[in-house]
Amino acid sequence: MARFVAIRLARALLTIGMVVTFAFVVLRASGDPARAMLSPETPAAAVEAFRKAWGLDAPVGVQYARYVLAIVQGDLGQSMRDGRAAITVVAERIPVTLMLTGPALALNLLLGIPAGIYAALKHGRLADRLVMAIAVAGFTVPSFVLGLVLVLAFAVELPWFPSGGAGTLRQLVLPVVTLGLGGAAVLARFTRSAMLEVLGQSYIRTASAKGVPWRGVVTGHALPNAAIPVLTIVGFMVGNLIAGTVLVESVFSWPGVGSLLVVSVVSRDLAVVQCILLVVAAAMIVTNVSVDLLYGVLDPRLRDASYPIGGA
Amino acid sequence: MMAAPLLRAEGLVRRYRLRQGVFRHPVTVKAVDSLSLSVARGETLGIVGESGCGKSTTGRLLAGLEPPDSGTISFGGEPLPAAGHARWRRLRTRIQMVFQDPLGALDRRLTIGEQIAEPLEIHRLGSKSERADRVKTLLVDVGLRPDHGARYPHELSGGQRQRAVLARALATDPDLIVCDEPVSALDVSIQAQVINLLADLKEQRRMAMIFISHDLRVVRQISDRIAVMYLGVIVEEGDPNLVLRDPLHPYSQALISAVPTPGAGRRRDRTVLQGDPPNPAARPRGCAFHPRCPAALPVCAQLAPELTSAGEGRRVACHLVEAAGEGRKETV
Amino acid sequence: MTDACKEPIIEIADLHVAFDNVPALHGVDLSLRRGESVGMVGESGCGKSVTWLAALGLLPQRAQISGSVRLAGEELLHEPASRLDKVRGGRIAMIFQDPASALNPVQKVGDQIIEVLRLHRGMERHAARAEARRLFDQVGIPDPARRLDAYPHEFSGGQNQRIMIAMALAGRPEILIADEPTTALDVTIQAQILDLLQQIQREMGMALVLISHDLGIIGELCERVLVLYAGRVVEEAPVDRLFAQPHHPYTQGLLKALPSLETKPHRLVAIPGVVPSATDLPMGCAFAPRCAQRVERCGEWASELASIPNEGRHKAACLHVASELAPAEVVAA
Repeated sequence: MARFVAIRLARALLTIGMVVTFAFVVLRASGDPARAMLSPETPAAAVEAFRKAWGLDAPVGVQYARYVLAIVQGDLGQSMRDGRAAITVVAERIPVTLMLTGPALALNLLLGIPAGIYAALKHGRLADRLVMAIAVAGFTVPSFVLGLVLVLAFAVELPWFPSGGAGTLRQLVLPVVTLGLGGAAVLARFTRSAMLEVLGQSYIRTASAKGVPWRGVVTGHALPNAAIPVLTIVGFMVGNLIAGTVLVESVFSWPGVGSLLVVSVVSRDLAVVQCILLVVAAAMIVTNVSVDLLYGVLDPRLRDASYPIGGA
Repeated sequence: MMAAPLLRAEGLVRRYRLRQGVFRHPVTVKAVDSLSLSVARGETLGIVGESGCGKSTTGRLLAGLEPPDSGTISFGGEPLPAAGHARWRRLRTRIQMVFQDPLGALDRRLTIGEQIAEPLEIHRLGSKSERADRVKTLLVDVGLRPDHGARYPHELSGGQRQRAVLARALATDPDLIVCDEPVSALDVSIQAQVINLLADLKEQRRMAMIFISHDLRVVRQISDRIAVMYLGVIVEEGDPNLVLRDPLHPYSQALISAVPTPGAGRRRDRTVLQGDPPNPAARPRGCAFHPRCPAALPVCAQLAPELTSAGEGRRVACHLVEAAGEGRKETV
Repeated sequence: MTDACKEPIIEIADLHVAFDNVPALHGVDLSLRRGESVGMVGESGCGKSVTWLAALGLLPQRAQISGSVRLAGEELLHEPASRLDKVRGGRIAMIFQDPASALNPVQKVGDQIIEVLRLHRGMERHAARAEARRLFDQVGIPDPARRLDAYPHEFSGGQNQRIMIAMALAGRPEILIADEPTTALDVTIQAQILDLLQQIQREMGMALVLISHDLGIIGELCERVLVLYAGRVVEEAPVDRLFAQPHHPYTQGLLKALPSLETKPHRLVAIPGVVPSATDLPMGCAFAPRCAQRVERCGEWASELASIPNEGRHKAACLHVASELAPAEVVAA
């Protein structure tokens, strides 16, 4: 167990290190923050002063060392735009984003998994083909296209929902649907194939031969086994959701971490961008560890240290 | 034993490292443990044993497909070269291996004829037309028709596929062919066809064979000599009629009495071994068989018995047999 | 043998099964008396397992089934699932090949047995657990109280088959169908399982159907044997008679193709050719193309089981038997 934790911890640190470096390199390579932040008419002396104030005049190596050192000490820097601590700027946006991703994840799971199970149980019939056709359509349409179509349909043509902004429940509907539908489609397809695989297993026949009613065979024997591969995909979904947030928040002008990221990148607000990337990396790491631990809960074979995995 | 055996193995050891569970603790498993044997030219050695006894690993070691961790193998008087070596590739023409699943051993995208010609092409044997003739001869030799050469693996039945695999193995006229459960996946009526074919082929070609199977009845049908394996070691070895009629090792006795025989009626006199099949990852001290042995002595838990001559060309690894005084106490 | 033992507990009549209009079973008749042990032997695809999966409604829905399956006089075929669920695992239990995959890998083995006890014997959890412990004991799983909480991967193949047997016994079945119960097991473990099956069959007085490709196993455990070929029963006889005097050329061929430890080593007599595929069955007797005793009429004769003269319990589906054209004796190879 200690070995397991140590390995996971080392891997998490490595990931964070890579994210930090990546953010630094990409943002430094793509332009001068002083030029991006300040207006073109700013006098050269003022630009110099800005550079000096933010440590941008030092050699790149020194900047990187200072930056890493600061992070290790827990200092994520200040936003160049409003001078507040970057962490504060990001932290106030996190709940706003969670208000979007939380319901979207729920939509993923609550729509995708039951649809997949339903299709598997109706395998080969019209219902199965219909659900799968919708699913294929669902994940081939990119979320920004879906978002725009939804806005046109339900905000412009039929003014049922507002086309943007945050605060009311009605404003939540379109972005959540946009963000959640694609993932639900992927999950539906995956759940279906996992279920079909499990339903073909010998232990399902055993359960029927024991006289377990079909409903019980599905809930008691098929679902717990199909949950194991589905969990893997749910892990990926979280990653997709985070990526999708950036786009969807921009389309619906949702004031979350995603739109903050876009603004900060455009204005080269290094500290904030780096802080966001760190938060995202941390979220991914937490997700992966949770998925690994959940595997152990779902699959007793993985709990058991003496069970060979793909032995000789 | 004859002056110069075709194949001689001394003290073979093969270990595997398995990684297990979420926390992935590596465990070392000894699949083969200081095993020695030899095969003469034209001789068929049958290796029998239950799952996990190391018989398949032994087969792969002897065919040179994987290296032993220690011990030596010599083939035709020379040590077996390491994989990847030019000499190792040449050796592929002289030792061939046949596995249980013929469909897995064949490439579904190539015709049977192309696959039989492949070893000839790789080793640049004969001209193009000579190769085509050779493929036809081989197909007929294994009981297929020349026109089967134009078919794809999925167009043949299981028995025909195994014949095709044999034809490919025979293409280079090997001196030794190692068969690992070659008929286990086949139905009884087809199994008999393939066994007969193997018996004919070794007769006609004077080729040595190592025949590995869990089925004593099949092994006996084809072998000149048999070796019974248990947890990585040979426990008894000798003439099939001797070993199967009058087994000396308690494990051979149990194994043979467990074989169901049609027409023998409801036999109640057999020795049913208690306990589970052995786990190579938790090998008992002393004689590996002692926890399940109905006649174990205290010494069996302490000391592993050596494979010792028991007369009439038979070797047995058992303290009881040695104690009975019949063993001439000379290690072969 | 009492009268109750003689009455058939299950009668299968003219059972036909087809998958996507390709017939797999061409009219199987079979009757089983209480407490009797019957073997069904044949090569892969001969229909020996399909017969019972069809009888118990365990085939996929696309299977087309006709005929009749009567359990103690009551029809089972095409009955609603709710009624079949009472029979399956209750009056008729089934165990399968490869016990490791036949048990649910993520459920404790104890819970898998308790499920049967609650379904078929209406036991509440505490009593069911005690009964599961007793069953584990009966099938020879050491330390039952603790092992009930283990998962299938923590047992060996032989132990898993014991657990399958315990699970089958939990519903107190009148019939146990064992479908290749030892095929995935090692020889010494196979011997243990066969002993156990024989012992519990005697103790519980249930009927046993042993499905196997291995005539040796059938010979050790069964009183009566049915030989199947290409979806038909081709011979049916008391086990000793079948081995002593097989009448159908296929049975004769199977026995000669089997290597044995008992007889002197001799060249096996293989049956030439291959089992015909279900989509391409020959007309008349399906075995005729491989048969050494084939006559012209075999190709048009409607294969039917007929009693051997003066041997009411021995039947064979061979033209030679039906028409007494020739004494169905062993033919020299």
